[in-house]
Amino acid sequence: MNQMKTNSMLSIKSLTVDVEGKTILHGLNLEIGKGEVHAIMGPNGSGKSTLSHTLSGRDGYQVTAGEALLDGEDLLSLETEERAHRGVFLAMQYPVELPGVNNMTFMRESLNANRRARGEEELDAVSFIKLVRAKASEVKLDPKLLKRDVNSGFSGGEKKRNEILQMAVLEPKLAILDETDSGLDIDALKIVADGVNALRRKDRSVLLITHYQRLLDYIVPDHVHVLANGKIVRSGDKSLALELEDKGYGWIEQLPETAAGASA
Amino acid sequence: MPAIEQTVEELVQESYQHGFVTDIESDTFPPGLSEETIRHISAKKSEPAWMLENRLKAYHRWLTMVDPEWAHVEYPEIDFQDISYYSAPKQNQGAKSLDEIDPQLLDAYNKLGIPLDEQKALSGIAVDAVFDSVSVATTFRQNLADAGVIFCPISEAIQEYPELIQQYLGTVVPYTDNFYASLNAAVFTDGTFVYIPKGVKCPMELSTYFRINEAKTGQFERTLIIAEEGSSVSYLEGCTAPMRDENQLHAAVVELIAMDDASIKYSTVQNWYPGDENGKGGIYNFVTKRGDCRGDRSHISWTQVETGSAITWKYPSCILKGDDSVGEFYSVAVTRGMQQADTGTKMVHIGKNTTSTIVSKGISAARGQNTYRGLVRIGQKAENARNHSQCDSLLIGDKCGAHTFPYLEVRNPTAQVEHEATTSKISEDQLFYCRQRGLSEENAISMIVNGFCKEVFNELPMEFAVEAQKLLNITLEGAVG
Ligand SMILES: Nc1ncnc2c1ncn2[C@@H]1O[C@H](COP(=O)(O)OP(=O)(O)O)[C@@H](O)[C@H]1O
Ligand SMILES: [Mg+2]
Repeated sequence: MNQMKTNSMLSIKSLTVDVEGKTILHGLNLEIGKGEVHAIMGPNGSGKSTLSHTLSGRDGYQVTAGEALLDGEDLLSLETEERAHRGVFLAMQYPVELPGVNNMTFMRESLNANRRARGEEELDAVSFIKLVRAKASEVKLDPKLLKRDVNSGFSGGEKKRNEILQMAVLEPKLAILDETDSGLDIDALKIVADGVNALRRKDRSVLLITHYQRLLDYIVPDHVHVLANGKIVRSGDKSLALELEDKGYGWIEQLPETAAGASA
Repeated sequence: MPAIEQTVEELVQESYQHGFVTDIESDTFPPGLSEETIRHISAKKSEPAWMLENRLKAYHRWLTMVDPEWAHVEYPEIDFQDISYYSAPKQNQGAKSLDEIDPQLLDAYNKLGIPLDEQKALSGIAVDAVFDSVSVATTFRQNLADAGVIFCPISEAIQEYPELIQQYLGTVVPYTDNFYASLNAAVFTDGTFVYIPKGVKCPMELSTYFRINEAKTGQFERTLIIAEEGSSVSYLEGCTAPMRDENQLHAAVVELIAMDDASIKYSTVQNWYPGDENGKGGIYNFVTKRGDCRGDRSHISWTQVETGSAITWKYPSCILKGDDSVGEFYSVAVTRGMQQADTGTKMVHIGKNTTSTIVSKGISAARGQNTYRGLVRIGQKAENARNHSQCDSLLIGDKCGAHTFPYLEVRNPTAQVEHEATTSKISEDQLFYCRQRGLSEENAISMIVNGFCKEVFNELPMEFAVEAQKLLNITLEGAVG
């Protein structure tokens, strides 16, 4: 039975997901407690982005079995934007450009859509500008980028920092970062890490998807999981990440599935 | 891409907001067009003999012409004998004040959000309300007259200011110009006349609201705006019609004349009934609009937001005769359902140091077809002429189409001409991105579309920019449940 821990933020059981008729996730299990940071590592094509898209409700990801609960609520029956309203945020592996849509306006509309949905009062323009300026300086995003169109013509690093800025503004309950560290130089990496660390609170959780362990030098995870062939094959603490770094991903794919979160 | 498909389906089903019919007794000619019809119209308007002669000349010219086929639009042949060329609310004839106007008419305009009562009107905007073939009311005429501005129905101007009409009417769009312009010159029934005297900055925004109500009638209106030396005016027109299964023809002619240092800003928010999702019904909007920058340093600017009509066929143009004159064209054209639009502009550079700017934004959804057609012509004597054209197309879904036909004729080597064109799509990625941040799909589409149209909306007078934005949102609204 689904006996839930009271401090559970995200509880995934036997999640099976098809994309275009092909099964990508094969009965994945994952428990993330409130306030915890979990890292998921795995080779390319193992299903990391599939997991992040499924959790955030992207079209085309067919859940054929299993469940995912956010703070006890069935996540999978909600629309994409309803999940956002409940506090799910996905920093995307490939942030999308929105030509003609002002970055600041986009963030204000997003924040206010979330506030409206939660029955909170909308933030007026002046308070919003104050908020976003403060947050932008925290993530060291050039304030000029606030006036530009969303991600339009941004460099790779600027796009990733813009994701972190949006995360900081929206203050999600569950932040999923899909390879936000990929392609960043060390300074940008630290900024991303600072952004995530600043968000850490006992009522928030983070799912860090990463290919490399170096991000974990700056964001120390509570748990590390290894994803291979659509399953979590190994879970452990930070030392698992170092082990992976050492041995590469080759040996992982031979491993049988382990009960993720069991080691928690 | 299931989400986008779904939204497109919903777009198609979105209903038209101004489709009501006003049940009012009208004086309507039986369908048919002959010399007799034209004599009849002229008699109804008690026109002077010269006006009737002009009409007949145009009619005989029209008889020798054929319906043009070069536009990228398709429609069955129009039976010109099946259209009524005159329809006017009965009660209204000879109304001199609002009290004498049929309350049902006032009501119709209230419903459309255009109160004709000056107390309730939008501040700073005077309205000429044209209902089918006649102008039923013109507001703030006294305030304008105090400033020396003439703002009245053109049928009245023919009576009251025959010298001005004879001097200017048909000098920008002659009766020989094209098939629909000839037809209009023969049968036009009403429209707006504006005269801004020398040095006067028109104290209010002027506007005309065109309403087609009666079935089986064509609306043929004629607008003439003259801005004398050093004067300026901003004018806006809006248009709606009931939902009917038959197509109705709207063939207007608009002429603008700007003398030395004069400036005319002409904005259109066109929301004629577009027909249903299968292309049944809707207005054929075949319009000739042309501005003549007759004077040095004169300035004519066209801004249009075209969301309605089954078929739109219009090219608001500028003839840049005066040295240092400036022509501008800013356009947003939306086609959804089975709508077709072939629209653009002509910029004809004749004078020295003339400048033109073209910004065209085409949005196609569902099975809509959107064509930009533009001509930039730099004449032999147009030293240092400059043009910049920007034509962008946005596609929503994959059953719609966008087409761009820029024509360029340069006969003077000093010309500087630039043309840029882009086509983009609202992608599944973009919608997912927006929705992941908490925005609804409708909000996301509206934000992306409004962003796309920003440059054009910025050109509209403030109140109308807000209206246009709302209209666009309604037009593209999907009932996402
Ligand atoms: N939209 C899609 N269509 C078809 N196959 C896909 C799609 N998205 C992902 N896949 C496939 O699913 C598998 C997992 O991909 P993904 O989740 O992106 O992996 P990762 O993020 O771990 O690199 C890969 O084999 C990939 O080819
Ligand atoms: Mg990935």
